[in-house]
Amino acid sequence: MSRTTRLSSSLLRAAAVAGVAALTLTACGSGSGSGSSSTGSGDVKVGLITKTDTNPFFVKMKEGAEKAAKAEGVKLMTAAGKFDGDNAGQVTAIENMVASGVKGILITPSDSKAIVPAIEKAKAKGVLVIALDTPTEPQSAVDALFATDNVKAGELIGEYAKAAMKGKAAKIATLDLAPGVSVGVQRHNGFLKGFGVKEGDSSVVCSQDTGGDQAKGQTAMENCLQKEPGINVVYTINEPAALGAYTALKAKGREKDVLIVSVDGGCTGTQAVKDGKIAATSQQYPLKMAAEGVKAVATYAKDGKKASGYTDTGVTLITDKAQDGVTSKDTAYGLENCWG
Amino acid sequence: MTATTTPPDTSKPYAGLTAPSTARRLLTQPTTGPLVALLLACVFFSLSTEQFLTGGNFSLIVQQVMVVGTLAIGQTLIILTAGIDLSCGAVMAFGSIVIAKMAAEGSLPPLAAIALGLVVCGGFGLLNGALVQKIPLPPFIVTLGMLNVAFALTHIYSEEQTVTNLPGPLTALGQTFPLGKTDITYGSLVTIALFLLLAYALSNTSWGRHVYALGNSPEAARLNGIRTSRLTIGVYTVAGVLYGIAALLLISRTGVGDPQAGQTDNLDSITAVVLGGTSLFGGRGSVLGTFIGVLIVGVFRNGLQLMGVASIYQTLITGVLVILAVTVDQISRRKAR
Repeated sequence: MSRTTRLSSSLLRAAAVAGVAALTLTACGSGSGSGSSSTGSGDVKVGLITKTDTNPFFVKMKEGAEKAAKAEGVKLMTAAGKFDGDNAGQVTAIENMVASGVKGILITPSDSKAIVPAIEKAKAKGVLVIALDTPTEPQSAVDALFATDNVKAGELIGEYAKAAMKGKAAKIATLDLAPGVSVGVQRHNGFLKGFGVKEGDSSVVCSQDTGGDQAKGQTAMENCLQKEPGINVVYTINEPAALGAYTALKAKGREKDVLIVSVDGGCTGTQAVKDGKIAATSQQYPLKMAAEGVKAVATYAKDGKKASGYTDTGVTLITDKAQDGVTSKDTAYGLENCWG
Repeated sequence: MTATTTPPDTSKPYAGLTAPSTARRLLTQPTTGPLVALLLACVFFSLSTEQFLTGGNFSLIVQQVMVVGTLAIGQTLIILTAGIDLSCGAVMAFGSIVIAKMAAEGSLPPLAAIALGLVVCGGFGLLNGALVQKIPLPPFIVTLGMLNVAFALTHIYSEEQTVTNLPGPLTALGQTFPLGKTDITYGSLVTIALFLLLAYALSNTSWGRHVYALGNSPEAARLNGIRTSRLTIGVYTVAGVLYGIAALLLISRTGVGDPQAGQTDNLDSITAVVLGGTSLFGGRGSVLGTFIGVLIVGVFRNGLQLMGVASIYQTLITGVLVILAVTVDQISRRKAR
């Protein structure tokens, strides 16, 4: 009795895998944005490894890479960590891409330091490695870096906030990313520099980590308001955090008299600037980072010339309430160039 | 497969299945289903990509699964006792930070730092086991709490900083030696040795039989003179030490001490156990099955990557596989009744 049970259970398991294999084939066959389809000469492979699969910023990055891959006639492979900070997942992705013979890898490191040994191994095998969006530590661990100048992105909104306050005494809340993550630290420091205050200044009344998450941004803002109800300037690491802060302020009826500034320039975020929920945001260009990265690998495959150093992919201040002395573009421009 | 050589024993889950013919015995092994699944997956990927079927790639897959694999051995032991451990990844992360910081920034010699890491992880296991057994609390709750404790301690102790510049001995297991044309990682050998050791202990020692008996019915095990309390605490402690070894393997693989590590490894290890045919209700399954389960996940991840399939599909497929595996387990249980 139970003998036949075991037997059929073995067969069931086998059938299960056959089913999944079929599923895999369907997944590939559909080729829907997986970037797996080879185009033409397609012998040159480029790998793109993002922090996650689900963040719209990285979705846009992938889109930019796909377009560029098609234009350059190279094959794009993509991979991502399971969550922001998944270093082991990115290491595995690098190894698998090197095993499949990629010419170059574009990576947004989840952990700037921890990824370095894996990158060095890939470079030792002649693979061109370019960091996108987030630098490695040390930056020289990769051949080249294509990224937003995050200090400058912070500075722009700092200067804007300073101008918009028109000399009024500021009580600032900073909704930051997470301890030790370079992007967050750079934007935070840039903002303070642009606003003209030093770290630890008494005008910064509340600082909280949000992980760039809307719900956590809301909680952080609620707690900050609890601590210091008179907050009138809110710096946020990105627009999801800004929208969370807006929700918290609205619940207190404070949404009109508090200035929220942010960084990223996603389409939802830019729309929020247009709707007046966020005063200004520094827009960055993930599509451009990826496209230039793919081009650089294609060039390397063609004539062996390696990209090097840091390429600033640009940042633009987006606002509909322009301030004197601060260069900005309006939300019409922002929405045309937004990502996500 | 060692299980087939032992005489029938009522405390063993497959005791009634010692069939006359070798062929039938092979087919009725609990690991046969997962093994067939693994082989089918390998055939599929061999046909789909030219890079899959190479020695180097297989070595790479084993290397990629060695950390979760070692965690999954501990997880298997605990699940066999009808428990579960949600804290394994977090405990491993803490162990890896302890080892890395003690050796790189503290004054401990590398081997002492490693020993300390094993003791710390073993201590977490001991604490888990004691809370499960002595108070008693459900394993799910105890290890859920311990997950947060270990996670927080990792971040507090590391000050959110990745530990770099590790002394050589800490990464020794990540080094490779050539075997023919293939480079093999020492850590892979350690993992395989651990699987064999625990498989032997489970099927060929009285300790192993008691673990199965405990999972089948703790009351019956106790009435049969098994010291269930000591056994439970022992199983959790052994699992903890295994997480410590996984911590060392993790350090050697990535070359750094990473406070963010291990966040999904608890679920990944449970996935491997389930895919390997071990019942979440305890008392049925094997460590070798878990090894095959680990490899199934590794092979899919590697194979799909080589095919150029986006990683989100790996998550999709792993999810489908797990549900199928549990369904199979349930159906076979119902029929067995």
